[in-house]
Amino acid sequence: MPSLKDLRNRIASVKATRKITKAMQMVAAAKLRRAQEAAIAARPYAERMDAVLANLAGGVTNREGASPLLVGTGKSDTHLLVVMTAERGLCGGFNTNIAKLARADAIRLMAAGKKVKIMTVGRKGADNLRRDLGKSIVDRADLRNVRSLSFADAEGISNKILGMFDAGEFDVATLYFSEFKSVIAQKPTALQVIPAKVPEAKAATGKSHTAAAVYEYEPDEETILGLLLKRNISTQVFRALLENAASEQGARMSAMDNATRNAGDMINKLTIKYNRMRQANITKELIEIISGAEAL
Amino acid sequence: MASTFKFDLVSPERVLLSAAAEQAVLPGVDGQFTVLPGHAPVVSALMPGVIHVTLTNAKKAVFVKGGFVEINPESVTVLAAHAFVLDEVDPRQLDAELSAAETALAAEKDDEALRHVSRAIEELKALRKTG
Repeated sequence: MPSLKDLRNRIASVKATRKITKAMQMVAAAKLRRAQEAAIAARPYAERMDAVLANLAGGVTNREGASPLLVGTGKSDTHLLVVMTAERGLCGGFNTNIAKLARADAIRLMAAGKKVKIMTVGRKGADNLRRDLGKSIVDRADLRNVRSLSFADAEGISNKILGMFDAGEFDVATLYFSEFKSVIAQKPTALQVIPAKVPEAKAATGKSHTAAAVYEYEPDEETILGLLLKRNISTQVFRALLENAASEQGARMSAMDNATRNAGDMINKLTIKYNRMRQANITKELIEIISGAEAL
Repeated sequence: MASTFKFDLVSPERVLLSAAAEQAVLPGVDGQFTVLPGHAPVVSALMPGVIHVTLTNAKKAVFVKGGFVEINPESVTVLAAHAFVLDEVDPRQLDAELSAAETALAAEKDDEALRHVSRAIEELKALRKTG
C-alpha cells in the first residue's frame, strides 16, 4: 500500500508527463500543417511530370533499346528496398508499420530465391530492421540534420539509387513510405520506381489537347526520356519523403493526443485514490482518539 | 488567335509562377527560343539559364538550373529542376549560386556539361551586374 506522500509524488509526475505530451502534440500539429502544405505544393510538379512521361513513354516502351529505367534489366534477381522512416520515435505505430511492410516483402522475396538489398532513409527504420535483416542493409541515408526537406535531399538519395543501378547492383527498386491519407490515417505503401511504373496516358479523361497533341522533341525523344526518367526518380523520392514527413507528424499528433488523454484519466484515478486514502486516515485517527477517550 | 497563353513555372517544391503571358524566351538545349501564343506542341529539355517572360502587365526573369518545358498552343509548362524568380531573390543568393556553379565547372569533365555550366555562369554574372 503506497503512502500518501508516494501518491502525491505519483500524481505530480503524471501531471508533468501530461504537460510534455500535450506540448509534443501541439508541436506536431504545427509541423503537420507545414508538412501538409509542402506535400500539396509539390503535387503540381509531380502531376505534370507524370503527364509528360506518360505521353513520351507510350511510344517508346515497345521499342528496342528503351532505357532500362523504363523497361527493366530483363531480370528481377536482386531487389533494392528503400525503406523511408522517421528520425524520431514517439509517433505511434508509424515507423513500425513501414518496417513491418518492408520486412514482410523482404522475407517473401528471399523465400522466392531473390536477393534483397535494403537502403534505409531515416534512423528508426535502420534500427528496426537491423536485428533480422542487418546483413541486407547496404546503405543508409541520414536526414537527421535536415530541418525542412528540399529537393536537393531527394536528389542525393536518388543519385545514390541511380548510381547503384548503373553499377548493376540491383534490378528492381521499391520505395517504402507512409502515404498521408488524413491526420488519423497513414497507409504504409510500397512504390516501385525502377523499372518505372508509367501512368497510363489519360486519353479519355485528361485534357483533350495534352493527350491528342503530337509533340516535337528537342533534342530527340530518347534523350529527353532518359533525362526525364532520372528526374522522375528524384521526384518520386521527394514525394515519398514529403508524404512521409506529413504522415509522421500526423501519427505523432494522434499518438500524443492519446497519451495526453491517458495521462488525464490516470490523474483522475490517482486523485480519487489519494482523497479516499486521506479520508480513511482521518477517520482512523478520529476512531483512535474517541476510543482512547472512552477508555478513560 | 488568343493574344496570351497560360504560363506555368513549377519547381519540385512549389508553383513559382502561374499567369497569362504574351511571350516567353526559353533556354533550350539546342539554343534559345521564343514562344508566342499558338506555338506548335514541343517538349524540350532546358539548359541552365534565364527565362524571360512577358506577362500581360509585367516582365519577369527567372533563373532555372535545367529542367523541361512542355509547350502547347495555349499553355507553356516549365518543369524546373531548381528555379528562382529574379526580382524575389537577393544578390547574396545569386553570388552563392555563382560560386557553386564555378565549383561545378572545375569538377566537370564532360564537354557538353561544361558548356552548360559555363553558360549558366555567364548568365549569372550578367544578371548580377544588371541587378
